[in-house]
Amino acid sequence: MGGHSNYQPKSAAEKWLHERLPIVEFVKTTALDFPTPKNLNYWWTFGGILALMLVVQILTGIVLVMHYTPQAELAFDSVEHIMRDVNYGWLLRYMHANGASMFFIAVYIHIFRGMYYGSYKAPREVLWIIGVLIYLVMMATAFMGYVLPWGQMSFWGAKVITNLFSAIPFVGEAITTWLWGGYAVDNPTLNRFFSLHYLLPFVLAGLVGLHIWALHVPGNNNPTGVSVKSGQDTVPFHPYYTMKDSFAIVVFLIIFAVFLFFSPNYLGHAINYEPANPLSTPAHIVPEWYYLPFYAILRAIPDKLGGVIAMFGSILILFVLPWLDTSKVRSGTYRPLYKVFFWLFVAACIGLGYLGSKPPEGWYVTFSRLLTFYYFFHFLVILPLLGLLETPKPLPSSISDDVLAKKKPVLPEGKAVPAE
Amino acid sequence: MSTAEHADPNRRDFLYIATGAAGAVGAALVAWPFIDQMNPDASVLALASIEVDLAPIAEGQSITIKWRGNPVFVRHRTPKEIEEAKAVPISDLPDPDARNANVKEGDPATDVNRVVGGKEQFLVMMGVCTHLGCVPLGQQGDYGGWFCPCHGSHYDTAGRIRKGPAPQNLPVPIYAYISDTKISIG
Amino acid sequence: MKLFTTLAAAAFALLAVPAFAAEGQKDAKDISFSFEGPFGTFDRGALQRGYKVYKEVCSACHSMRLLHFRNLDEPGGPGFTEEQVKALAATFTVKDGPGEDGEMFDRPGLPSDRFPSPFPNEQAARNANGGALPTDLSLITKSRAGWYGTFNQLVNGIGGPEYVYSVLTGFEQAPPELAKEAPEGKHYNPYFAGGHWIGMAPPLTDGQVTFDDGAPNTVDAMARDVSEFLAWAAEPKMEERKSTGFATVIYLAILAVLLYLVKQRVWAKVDH
Repeated sequence: MGGHSNYQPKSAAEKWLHERLPIVEFVKTTALDFPTPKNLNYWWTFGGILALMLVVQILTGIVLVMHYTPQAELAFDSVEHIMRDVNYGWLLRYMHANGASMFFIAVYIHIFRGMYYGSYKAPREVLWIIGVLIYLVMMATAFMGYVLPWGQMSFWGAKVITNLFSAIPFVGEAITTWLWGGYAVDNPTLNRFFSLHYLLPFVLAGLVGLHIWALHVPGNNNPTGVSVKSGQDTVPFHPYYTMKDSFAIVVFLIIFAVFLFFSPNYLGHAINYEPANPLSTPAHIVPEWYYLPFYAILRAIPDKLGGVIAMFGSILILFVLPWLDTSKVRSGTYRPLYKVFFWLFVAACIGLGYLGSKPPEGWYVTFSRLLTFYYFFHFLVILPLLGLLETPKPLPSSISDDVLAKKKPVLPEGKAVPAE
Repeated sequence: MSTAEHADPNRRDFLYIATGAAGAVGAALVAWPFIDQMNPDASVLALASIEVDLAPIAEGQSITIKWRGNPVFVRHRTPKEIEEAKAVPISDLPDPDARNANVKEGDPATDVNRVVGGKEQFLVMMGVCTHLGCVPLGQQGDYGGWFCPCHGSHYDTAGRIRKGPAPQNLPVPIYAYISDTKISIG
Repeated sequence: MKLFTTLAAAAFALLAVPAFAAEGQKDAKDISFSFEGPFGTFDRGALQRGYKVYKEVCSACHSMRLLHFRNLDEPGGPGFTEEQVKALAATFTVKDGPGEDGEMFDRPGLPSDRFPSPFPNEQAARNANGGALPTDLSLITKSRAGWYGTFNQLVNGIGGPEYVYSVLTGFEQAPPELAKEAPEGKHYNPYFAGGHWIGMAPPLTDGQVTFDDGAPNTVDAMARDVSEFLAWAAEPKMEERKSTGFATVIYLAILAVLLYLVKQRVWAKVDH
């Protein structure tokens, strides 16, 4: 933890600035000198990747807005104007659309990393909670953004999801009308979604600031889950992790580029290239891929309100994860049983995603219900019990000991101290 | 950066410099589309041409039409106005350049070079003062041509600047006669 | 890690099962186009012939309003010259005005005009076509999938142009059990995404359009050409997209190698 600072301004100009706004020192302590565990693996690069993707989405979004018209009769054509006439418009639009998918791929990996290595456990509960908030705001932002091109799926997706609010007893109808600004999804809805879609990314940026601040209090977790004991366990963030993160970012960008340039519509829906028609529902209304698991949960419950509660519940349960997991051991590396259940959970999420893309018929419904049950079972039953029943593997005494142990063929002397 | 570097410093520096340079090049290439998207897009650049029927414009009459977002003056000049314009020596003109997109660049601002196809009775030019962009008022000012009320520029009967802060003659856009009485601008 | 790999493989196997198509639509015929794949480009001849088919056959009922005539001489397209574009724009009639008398009037098209719609509005279009609306063709190859399936679409593409080709060449006699309930004025086409009965009569017949270069004008050839033309109409920037992509991926690969070497060099002295 960078509590002390041995910062000395290097020039007269720097000293002048430092006395008025100590920003150089701030950058140095939080981003350059910050002591970071030296054993972080590549799963830890996704935080930096996410920060980059937020910047990419904001920059591409701002330039797209220079050409977009948020009016129901004109929106679709304005997007096509961007694709056909605006210089590099096709590139900026595809970057923004595929960037959203890449943003979600990264956030899911980032979340699963946190789950595997126990990054949500004390003293990082608030860090985790801010993370779940970030995830929720991302989902709201992406939902509203998808409505803006005013294609068939934009319109009908908006209609289906906003209609969910009418399930709320007593106030549901009033809330839905209030959201719509009318008696159906129409121009007022589009305009307010446009305003909020522009606003929320900046709320996200603020939340990310809090997220990093909350991280810097205890410092990063690491694959062993064992806390930092001394300077031996850490390296300064720059150049070790600036360079490692840069490499990981470029590899991520290659995957982004392959989608963007060679399969830019694969992750979307063809029907969204048809202008919205309030009088004609598409055969299969499906949300974007990153919502599919929640869509499956929503449809698994036969009751409208029940489905809504289950869907929101499946995200809200994440808030209390730090208290559901009773294990004293942080990292999944030393929890052989937890590892199995973790991967089963991942498989359940992927399964739910697949089922979300299917029509709600026959075996699809049965499996959706099974997996929805299992999803909640994982959090409410398996996690609390595992902590009590599992025998963890012995922990290394420190990060540097663990690193050394992995390097030499002969293990050094010393007992492994269990749990902290 | 560790100071106890055993690797050959030249090789180490080369790698860092090469990587930094590659990154900088990439950053510039990525920045370009973000900057260029603000330039006029294809629909704006598409040469919007308009046709103007000159037949209804009587001698001594002017019309103003909009082309590419700006006013264009089309005037059916009187013989007196034409004579006056022809009588002005080029050396009297603050801007001796014809400013006519239809003649060679740098040609002098003779009256002949201010019109197209020898049809000297029709004067077609941008109605935008070359000082700061106001629309000059017709048949006013000290030279019988146009007067810009914003900062007092005076143009003559061939639309050439004679007095005032405007640096250039009113530009003549690309146009052509598609028939005896019709022109196409742009 | 092994467990992860096994599970991932299982997940992929699940995803490989194709989803069924909309309304029981038959999967499109997977013909090959010159523009398929990461290095594919449009065939200029096919685009020009396809344009002719659109002009002489389709434009009678189908608008293509997101395109302007000037798109036809832009790079990556059919490759008409500026003069040719002026001439072919002039063969269309567009509405303009109001004139001096306050009335709208017709005039020949200019390169800056959009392709005009054959009908003044949707109602008129439906009235002239038995209640069915001829879709605008500007984005038809991007708004239709020829087939479904997560893995299928990743490997074979979304099949939009193949869908158009299949519908144009897919008119056939209805099987007896369906022929009984044939809706009035509709035609049987198992490839149509809106159910087996399409409001459009088979639009192409052999020899219908003559090509200046003597290229084949069978229904199959014309369907291929017009599908390719419509694929360009939906994505005029496709060639630029792919060539930019190629350069970008090469650049990023080189940068990745450089950054990996830098990372290795930086970490060389540290146990990690």
